[in-house]
Amino acid sequence: MLSEFPFYALALVTLFAAIAAMTLRNLVHCALCAAAAFTGVGALYLLLDAPFVGFAQLLVYVGAVAILIIFAVLLTCAAETGPGIAFSSSWLAGVCAVALVLAGLVLPILMSPSLDRLAPPVAGAPVKDIGNQLMTIYVLPLETIGLLLTAALIGAVVIAMQDKPDAQPASDVKPPPREIADKDLCLR
Amino acid sequence: MTTPLSHYLLLSALLFSVGFAGAVLRRHAVLVLIGIELMLNAANLNFIAFWRYGPHPEALTGLMFAIFSIAIAAAEVAVGLALVIAIYRHRKTSQVEQFQALKG
Amino acid sequence: MEAIVKYLWLIPVLPLLAAGWGALLPRSRKRLAAALAIGSVALSGLLALWAFCATLNPPLIRHYRNWVWFDFGATSLQLGWVLDPLAAVMLVMVTLVSLLIFIYSLGYMAHDDNAARFFCFMALFAAAMLGIVIANSLLLFFVCWELVGLASYLLIGFWFQKPAAAAAAKKAFITTRIGDLGLLLGMLWLYSQSGTLLFYDNGHGCLEQSSLAPLLARATLGGMAVSTGISLLIFCGAVGKSGQVPLHVWLPDAMEGPTPVSALIHAATMVAAGVFLVARMFPLMSNSLNPATGSSALHVVTWVGAITAVFAASIAVAQNDIKRILAYSTVSQLGYMMMGLGVGGVAVGMFHLITHACFKALLFLGAGSVIHGCSGGQDIRRMGGLRKFMPLTFVTYAVGTMALCGVPLFFAGFWSKEEILHAARHWPVSNIPFCLGVAAAFLTAFYMTRQVAYVFFGKPADAAQAHPSPRESPPVMTVPLAILAVLAILVGFLGTPAWPWFQSYLTGEPARFTLGKIFDRPQLNLMFLSTIVIGAAIALGWRIYARAASQTSRDIDPLEKPMPAIFACLRNKFFVDEFYARTLIRWTSSFSVLADWLDRFVWGGAVWAVARLTLLLSFFNNDADESLVNQSFDNGCEGLRNSGRLLALFQNGQVQRYLRVIGVAFAALVLLLFWGCA
Repeated sequence: MLSEFPFYALALVTLFAAIAAMTLRNLVHCALCAAAAFTGVGALYLLLDAPFVGFAQLLVYVGAVAILIIFAVLLTCAAETGPGIAFSSSWLAGVCAVALVLAGLVLPILMSPSLDRLAPPVAGAPVKDIGNQLMTIYVLPLETIGLLLTAALIGAVVIAMQDKPDAQPASDVKPPPREIADKDLCLR
Repeated sequence: MTTPLSHYLLLSALLFSVGFAGAVLRRHAVLVLIGIELMLNAANLNFIAFWRYGPHPEALTGLMFAIFSIAIAAAEVAVGLALVIAIYRHRKTSQVEQFQALKG
Repeated sequence: MEAIVKYLWLIPVLPLLAAGWGALLPRSRKRLAAALAIGSVALSGLLALWAFCATLNPPLIRHYRNWVWFDFGATSLQLGWVLDPLAAVMLVMVTLVSLLIFIYSLGYMAHDDNAARFFCFMALFAAAMLGIVIANSLLLFFVCWELVGLASYLLIGFWFQKPAAAAAAKKAFITTRIGDLGLLLGMLWLYSQSGTLLFYDNGHGCLEQSSLAPLLARATLGGMAVSTGISLLIFCGAVGKSGQVPLHVWLPDAMEGPTPVSALIHAATMVAAGVFLVARMFPLMSNSLNPATGSSALHVVTWVGAITAVFAASIAVAQNDIKRILAYSTVSQLGYMMMGLGVGGVAVGMFHLITHACFKALLFLGAGSVIHGCSGGQDIRRMGGLRKFMPLTFVTYAVGTMALCGVPLFFAGFWSKEEILHAARHWPVSNIPFCLGVAAAFLTAFYMTRQVAYVFFGKPADAAQAHPSPRESPPVMTVPLAILAVLAILVGFLGTPAWPWFQSYLTGEPARFTLGKIFDRPQLNLMFLSTIVIGAAIALGWRIYARAASQTSRDIDPLEKPMPAIFACLRNKFFVDEFYARTLIRWTSSFSVLADWLDRFVWGGAVWAVARLTLLLSFFNNDADESLVNQSFDNGCEGLRNSGRLLALFQNGQVQRYLRVIGVAFAALVLLLFWGCA
């Protein structure tokens, strides 16, 4: 039982962080709890003898994805208290769907013969091997991922770009420049 | 490692359903995206668990998959958030229930 | 001998080439067309004389050349030409008479615009007639026979703008066609029985003994021999072409054509082709089991000829058109010829044919001269006293009349008629043809005297009715008349009983000049009898008509008062034409009306019904297509659209709903997998 303590702790932390991320009202709190959940999952990877993936998880998810989410939250003025209801109007259907999914996931696990499977002796995943395989067996997915990331980068920039103000009426009066306050980071 | 596989699987299942619940029940678009990220993480956890507890850990298959999955998730979240920002700019709202233009 | 036989085919071909060239000439080249016709016939005449001289050397030889026309299967169809005395004498007669008539036509048709066409048709006729004469195959004979009929049609209808001429041409063609049908059937039967249509072919020809004997042996319907049946059918063709009763109706109407045409075709040559056919086919026609009485076919020929002779002669007594009288006279003389062939054989009949050609052509040309001089008038009641104005015509016409009547000793008709009456007197079967022949001779002399009296003697009724100043014809017309008059006298001397050269030439028996033969008892008796009969007829005719010719009005014929009914019957030609119109023509038009009805309503109705049925089917098809196929398809598509619309209701644009559905679907999938595997 004691040897399983790290797992249970990490599991609980991750779970609670996830639930918190999904239920809090303040979006920034949600984003930060999501970051915590990601960290917990990263730690779990470390527990599962996959250090590379764990650190990659921390780098990418916590370091990039979570920050990106926070940026998006701030840019969409969601930091201010959002309009009244947080949950969708047809929440009952959603809850049924969630229940079904949960049942569909948990029940097979509980009924499967892998219930009591124990871990084999440690495999070890040296980074050298990972790199080797990336360059030989998985070279095609690697290159494709490169393309994908390039496309995503360009696409994100294009989508989020501001429209050119070409439909503005010709007026000689320029609007007075506003002072930018911290609060005014968000787009209006 | 004395924890049985099923624990990891159950954790991943719960994590997945939490993420799914958030994606399906919350109104804000960004929160939907966070829910999706949580689902992806749960799946990755599943992969690593199966790799660790599987018959051929030296093949590194599950590991590779997880690495690629992380990369893809990153790309996807970038594009998704850019979309949310673009929509907010046009529609001045981030409520998912109000994005009904594709109905029909 | 051999040279002429090899080139015998030139005789008909030269006029044919002239006709072909003439057909291409424009209407204005009258002189060239005439020159072509006259030149070709003159050349053919020279060749004919050469052929005739070649056959003069005894013994009697028959030369022929046969060639294959086309092969079919194992057999082949052969044609050929033959040179024997019969053909030679006909060649000379036809070419000589044609030449004289062509020269005459130069004067007669001088004022006609279509003279080029006239000479072209006349040359075609001459070619076809010469083809008939030298043909050695019944098929070639038939082809030329039909060509002659065609030329006759074209020439009768030469002035086709006149409705009477067009109708006459049609009548001639159709009536002879009826006879030709019999000829064709006879030809086919002969071919099927004997396997060849060649007359003479090294012993295998259809007129040679090897073919004739089996024909006699087989019998057909009514118990008559096959050869009799074939002969009767072939005789039908002769009946049509030579104008025997009952197919005589076309000859008088054929006088609508120009007079040279009447002279050449309907007096001397074409109508004689029927007689020539019987003469040519004589071995077949006389094929009999009982040589004493002769064959049944020849009996029929004799009776038909005798009846025709009397029938036509009696009609001629009451006619008023100068050419119509001569036409009926021709029919009557053709009857004589047929009778001669039947009772006496080829020589007797052919002699009368040759003499008749000479004097009948002469009479027609003379009539043409009279018509030309009277500026186109043809009614003898309007003529009179022409002997003062046209002396040469009168003299030649008188010679012709005397030859036709058979005035004794100097005129050809006397000797040829004598032969016929002599043979008829001694016919073992019956005496009646002889009596009919004598009656016909009486009537011939009677009506010819009437005609000469009305035309050349007396005076016209009154000046108003007379023709303005008749004048003599130009020499180009009178010279042929003179030549023919001389021939009408001289030809007779070729066949007198004292020196029967003509008969010996045709039959091969040697002839010697024995003057004493004339004074043989039966011969002398017959000559006296015919002289008395003819003299009585001429005297009676002169007594009645010479006085009538000088009277003021000729409208009532002197014979009309004593026997009005008979005279009316004669004038209306025994109502034969009316009879045909009431019966045959009416039946034919009823049948054609029936056929038209059948065609229009029965066959046409069937076609109409099929068309309607097809339309109906197409309507059904259309309906089925519209309602079944299209509807079902449309309904299907409608259903798809509706279902799509129904499904689209689900898409409300909200992403979260989609996600939920994915979740539920995932659960269902898990359920399925579990229960499927468990």
